[in-house]
Amino acid sequence: MAAVKVYGPTLSTAVSRVLACLIEKDVQFEVIPVDMSKGEHKRPEFLSLQPFGQVPVFQDGNISLFESRAICRYVCEKYAERGNKGLYGTDPLAKASIDQWVEAEGQSFNPPSSALVFQLAFAPRMKLKQDQGVIRQNEEKLAKVLDVYEKRLSQTRFLAGDDFSLADLSHLPNAHYLVTGTDRAPLFTQRDNVSRWWNDISTRQSWNEVLHLHKTAY
Amino acid sequence: MVVKVYGPAYGCPKRVLVCLIEKQIEFETVDVDLIKGEHKEPDFLKLQPFGVVPVIQDGDYTLYESRAIIRYYAEKYREQGTELLGKTIEERGVVEQWLEVEAHNFQPPIYNLVMNVLFAPIQGVPSDTKAVQESDEKIAKVLDIYEERLSKAKYLAGDFFSLADLSHLPFGHYLVNQTGRGNLVRERKHVSAWWDNISNRPSWKKVVHEYKYIV
Repeated sequence: MAAVKVYGPTLSTAVSRVLACLIEKDVQFEVIPVDMSKGEHKRPEFLSLQPFGQVPVFQDGNISLFESRAICRYVCEKYAERGNKGLYGTDPLAKASIDQWVEAEGQSFNPPSSALVFQLAFAPRMKLKQDQGVIRQNEEKLAKVLDVYEKRLSQTRFLAGDDFSLADLSHLPNAHYLVTGTDRAPLFTQRDNVSRWWNDISTRQSWNEVLHLHKTAY
Repeated sequence: MVVKVYGPAYGCPKRVLVCLIEKQIEFETVDVDLIKGEHKEPDFLKLQPFGVVPVIQDGDYTLYESRAIIRYYAEKYREQGTELLGKTIEERGVVEQWLEVEAHNFQPPIYNLVMNVLFAPIQGVPSDTKAVQESDEKIAKVLDIYEERLSKAKYLAGDFFSLADLSHLPFGHYLVNQTGRGNLVRERKHVSAWWDNISNRPSWKKVVHEYKYIV
């Protein structure tokens, strides 16, 4: 039984972010399902672990953490010597550059991409009405962000520099759903450098193992 | 060579300033006029391609995103000033957790409130009353969770002040002092005590006194 436990559906973008990081760092883990369709995440037992009622929750021995990007940083620090040692940088300046782009992902990429993934990939499945205004607004926002990425990725191979890092990894879940689960793939594929970058990061073995867990976990 | 911080009149740059003061790091500031659109001009976009503040320059080195900047300096200057990252890897994990909570759950609804209640009138654009109401509701829910947390610990990450608490200062200040929503904090005993505690730190008082909020 693994000491590391991750609570939540593997399909969740935030859960996937943590799983990708654990796999990159070669850390064994166990996924504990949380049935959100039955409201398990809003029940007292779960809220005692995550008071905002969100997934994932992460446990490693005595420590219990939430917020996927915090969990990733913790995993990289605790298991610095394992797996991909450069994932969170091997010197302070590299680490700062990675943090800058993890923040850019959280502040600029995540809000519009999450809104689009929900509206275009999940709302139809949940039989909820799509909001065209929200879709238009967020598509415009995301296009502007990807223009900045296009320019950046003409200068460096990956976002924080020439090595794959936590910053690129952080983008995988939302980008995956947009590219494979909606008809908005052109946002990525029609920008030459973003397209190259997306190909590089989405074909990493760690991400493919996460996709395998999407199909097979419990 | 002294750290240069761009945009001191605004919220997010103040997150950097208070951190630098806590860590006893010398800095100078460079004004950026957001209302005149200076942040969208080519010279600024060369420094910060998303066209937002802050950005810092430290010699040849440029860094943006306030929470990346504070992490960098808190770690680089670990040996001086206030310890802001906890003492162990586990404590740091909890600091990171509440820093992320601030970024995703605390600042966004307050930012929406500030844009609609404070900036819209200046810019002559209509305020979105639905957005204001949604923001008020969100903030109340988030502060209920903080109330519970702060009934069990003096600070967000435990019994020590950290980057997690510090990160709340700029937009907490807007909420309590400028948007007329002070009651959201004052009605919650532990949140209120925590707010008084962190906002009365000499570092924050210095920031508020020397770098006036633009509204």
